[in-house]
Amino acid sequence: MTTSNYRIHGATGEWEVVIGLEVHAQVTSNAKLFSGAATAFGAEPNSQVSLVDAAMPGMLPVPNRECIRQAVRTGMAIDAEINAWSRFDRKNYFYADLPQGYQISQLYHPIVGEGSLTIEADEKAGIPADKVIGIERIHVEQDAGKLMHDQHPSMSYVDLNRSGVALMEIVSRPDMRSPAEAGAYVRKLRAILRYVGSCDGNMEEGSMRADVNVSVRRPGEAFGTRTETKNVNSVRFVMQTIEHEARRQVDLIEDGGVVVQETRLFDPNTGTTRSMRSKEDAHDYRYFPDPDLLPLELDADFLAECRASLPELPDAKRRRYVEALGLTEYNARELTAEVETYARFEQLLAETAAKLGKSEKDAATQVANWSLSVAPGVINALGAEANPANATAAAQAEILAMQAAGEISGGQAKEIFEIVLRTGREPAEIAEAEGLKQVSDTGAIEAAIDQIIAGNADKVAEYRGGKDKLFGFFVGQTMKAMQGKANPAVVNQLLKEKLDG
Amino acid sequence: MSVDRETVAKIASLARIQMDDASLDRLVPEFNNILAWVEQLGEVDTSGVEPMTAVIENHQRLRDDVVDADPLTGGGVRDKVLANAPAAEHGFFGVPKVIE
Amino acid sequence: MTDLTELGVKAIRDGVASGDFTAREVAESFNANVAAAQDALNAFIVATPEKALEAADAVDAARARGDTLGKLAGVPIGMKDLFATKGVQTTAASHILEGFVPEYESTVSANLWRAGAGMLGKLNLDQFAMGSSNETSYFGNVISPWRKEGSNAGLAPGGSSGGSSAAVAARLCPAATGTDTGGSIRQPAAFTGISGIKPTYGRCSRWGIVAFASSLDQAGPMVRDVTDCAIMLEAMAGFDPKDSTSLDLPVPEWEAGLDPDLRGKKVGIPREYRMDGTDAAILKSWDDGIAWLRDAGAEIVDVSLPHTKYALPAYYIVAPAEASSNLARYDGVRYGLRELPQGANLQEMYAATRAAGFGDEVKRRIMIGTYVLSAGFYDAYYNQAQRVRTLISNDFKAAFEQCDVILAPTTPTASFPLGDKVDDPLAMYLNDVFAVPASLAGLPAMSVPAGLNADGLPLGLQIIGRAFDEQGVLNAGLAIESRAGFDARPKRWW
Repeated sequence: MTTSNYRIHGATGEWEVVIGLEVHAQVTSNAKLFSGAATAFGAEPNSQVSLVDAAMPGMLPVPNRECIRQAVRTGMAIDAEINAWSRFDRKNYFYADLPQGYQISQLYHPIVGEGSLTIEADEKAGIPADKVIGIERIHVEQDAGKLMHDQHPSMSYVDLNRSGVALMEIVSRPDMRSPAEAGAYVRKLRAILRYVGSCDGNMEEGSMRADVNVSVRRPGEAFGTRTETKNVNSVRFVMQTIEHEARRQVDLIEDGGVVVQETRLFDPNTGTTRSMRSKEDAHDYRYFPDPDLLPLELDADFLAECRASLPELPDAKRRRYVEALGLTEYNARELTAEVETYARFEQLLAETAAKLGKSEKDAATQVANWSLSVAPGVINALGAEANPANATAAAQAEILAMQAAGEISGGQAKEIFEIVLRTGREPAEIAEAEGLKQVSDTGAIEAAIDQIIAGNADKVAEYRGGKDKLFGFFVGQTMKAMQGKANPAVVNQLLKEKLDG
Repeated sequence: MSVDRETVAKIASLARIQMDDASLDRLVPEFNNILAWVEQLGEVDTSGVEPMTAVIENHQRLRDDVVDADPLTGGGVRDKVLANAPAAEHGFFGVPKVIE
Repeated sequence: MTDLTELGVKAIRDGVASGDFTAREVAESFNANVAAAQDALNAFIVATPEKALEAADAVDAARARGDTLGKLAGVPIGMKDLFATKGVQTTAASHILEGFVPEYESTVSANLWRAGAGMLGKLNLDQFAMGSSNETSYFGNVISPWRKEGSNAGLAPGGSSGGSSAAVAARLCPAATGTDTGGSIRQPAAFTGISGIKPTYGRCSRWGIVAFASSLDQAGPMVRDVTDCAIMLEAMAGFDPKDSTSLDLPVPEWEAGLDPDLRGKKVGIPREYRMDGTDAAILKSWDDGIAWLRDAGAEIVDVSLPHTKYALPAYYIVAPAEASSNLARYDGVRYGLRELPQGANLQEMYAATRAAGFGDEVKRRIMIGTYVLSAGFYDAYYNQAQRVRTLISNDFKAAFEQCDVILAPTTPTASFPLGDKVDDPLAMYLNDVFAVPASLAGLPAMSVPAGLNADGLPLGLQIIGRAFDEQGVLNAGLAIESRAGFDARPKRWW
């Protein structure tokens, strides 16, 4: 494992930060983990609550197959051990957002065991090389409800809509050593979850949040006492939490204090953390197997379906883009970072290659450049005038095909795309109607070249005498004469023939 | 093993049952009697014995992922959920203000 | 006309079906008995005479139309107040659930109503089904209709289904539901001279039954005889997809399968059940039972259940542990009692609510359960108890390789005076010493009346069967019943 050089500079020397993350990811499912109530975000308070979720007397849990399936698929996506025999345990504590007085979770026998993911080297961020981050386990558990504190002067209000929604708790090893590594880990995990389709990764809506375990130590020494900052809900906040916690712990230790193992809360307004009073005495959870549920036994067919339904994952896709499609590492990484990005790219590539009658490999670089820089540039420049719905794969593929065939220039491609975005008109029709086509008619170009050669006999002589650089001059003159609409490839070819011939 | 009053008080607090001194005093000997009695289980050699997981051979069934498939275990029943609440306001359950 | 309250389930069902009397007449007769006995016996927490009449009228109308009638058409029953009944207060005999009116019906009670039964009321019980004498109810003790000869002292009807046993024995209802976690059907049945069966764990859905100890709780019928047990259990049982531990098996036709001929069957007599301190009369009734079953054609074999002695302590770890967690939901937030002292915060509200809402025995068990699960003790207590439970279950499996059913006493003594054991929890727990092993192993077990002791109080015999073999249990019960000739009943003093 490569070591991070990230250090906290204390008054007494340098400190290393040790980070482990417990990421809670909401499992994508229609219904809750143990009841048939819906999981949709933003519903009226308590409207998506069943009698089971409200823990009415005598209510019982029955697990949702899809939630189990998604957890297993996620485990497979991080190359983890899948436990065909697992069990649900009760975690007992009292809180107003926890109707049963216990959370159904998995302590002793989680559904997913040891796995890992790789964060990529990022020199600028201080990650010198790819790094494997261990994942200890993934278990499935119920989410809690929500408390609102600001609606009444003396009361908190309880909304149980989230109560019972399925979560995966993804527990990393304490393998991260800098805020950047932690940020990269969360981003990578999020990408994997979104590829797999087991979580939408929407941190604003709380679909993904992290408990951040931070401790500090002198480099190379034993782990220090850690604190756990709960429910941090963005990559930036995770990084801020670590920065603040590490600094706070170093200052505390250097001032002669000791770090106490405790639960803390992150305040996004100040970027600081503080001790959480409400969880002070919640350390004895009295876990035991939930007697309302039987051991969860997954058969070979179930596991086979989970594996067969896995999509190509980020690392494999990135490798394929480089090795099979010939893309640069940079382009491959950018294109595979988000599900939407690669999905758009792959569709556009398929349509473009089909239109060109070329292999995907032969079209890939053009489509990648278009997808990553040309198209976004045009869209951003247009701003609100652009209607993104007009940017169909078909329209873009047509533009790219016209460009590849030499019918339009790169500049014309942008202009046509701009009109497409604005109006939704057909690219071919735009090129025709707006005169946005380049001339490939050799006759017209030859005439222009002949005129230029005739008018620049001295330069021709110099060129023929060995001053190759003058070729650019002739290209420029020809393009000027053609008012920029000549196909550069044709111009080049004809010029070469005439000057060299 | 014998438990003291402080331990019993701690357990009461963990179980969220308020107990006055008289109740604690009464409970400590009862608690110790019962614990002393159940501790005879320690005599049993259980090496190699798995703790019971399912009393009758049975497999955990899994539900289909369908919303409100059975109205008895589905959502959209706010009135029923709130019907017995000691303090329900604006569709929420009310509790004393919590400081997190 | 005969007194309809003298009739049991089968007689009422058949009489209504054949038009000998109407379901309404039956309901009215029992309603009257319920009302007349309430002050003296306190068997019901709430009487629902209108519900009984409404169900009866529906049956009478269905019969008039020529519809097929359900298995319990026209039979009014008492419902232990542990079953959630839609629109009718459901308390588990606790203060914390006083006034709680469920918006749902338990699966078992819904099955019963669908079969044509009607509800006479919600029966008293030990609070949250924790107790063996029905002295822990927030709504007061149930008084057994039985009295020792020559004494007016109030006796325990058993527990936790004490309202059910008292009501059936006193002819306040022909049948009642019970639940059995560690003997709560069998022990009160034995104390009051009636029959009751706890089926195989998972036969009856637990959905909508206030949970005590989830891995042990099973519902079952409490009635006057073995045939009525078979009929009513058929109506209660059945697969329920809402309960993960429900057995996905068809419900056998137990009534049709009743057969007291035990030729070719082996009855095991567990030697470890001959414990010190067991009443001489109990041992005598056990010997009687052995003789009756031999007479019915069975071969009697000695069997060994070596871990019997550890069943009760294992139970008193497992059941309180589960209960401590199951009862965490009673917190004053969503339903039931809320105690909010001036200025109390959320956690103080919980502690105050639970202090005021739970009785002493419930608190004691929650405390024990909390303790055995707490940090550092889980393995020594809970896991050890669950390992012992495996051994107990294995004991039964081994025994059932040598026999088809096991015969044992239901209880170590006959009923005792109210107040006798309330100050000694351990003495109270020992009541269930014979009942608990079958509960821990999830096996079907029933109690049938065997005779009276010298004080004129009923004694019960227990039959334990293999998993899923309720039929074998019922048949052995029938063989005993037809030979015991038990026709004693409490003299009416109320």
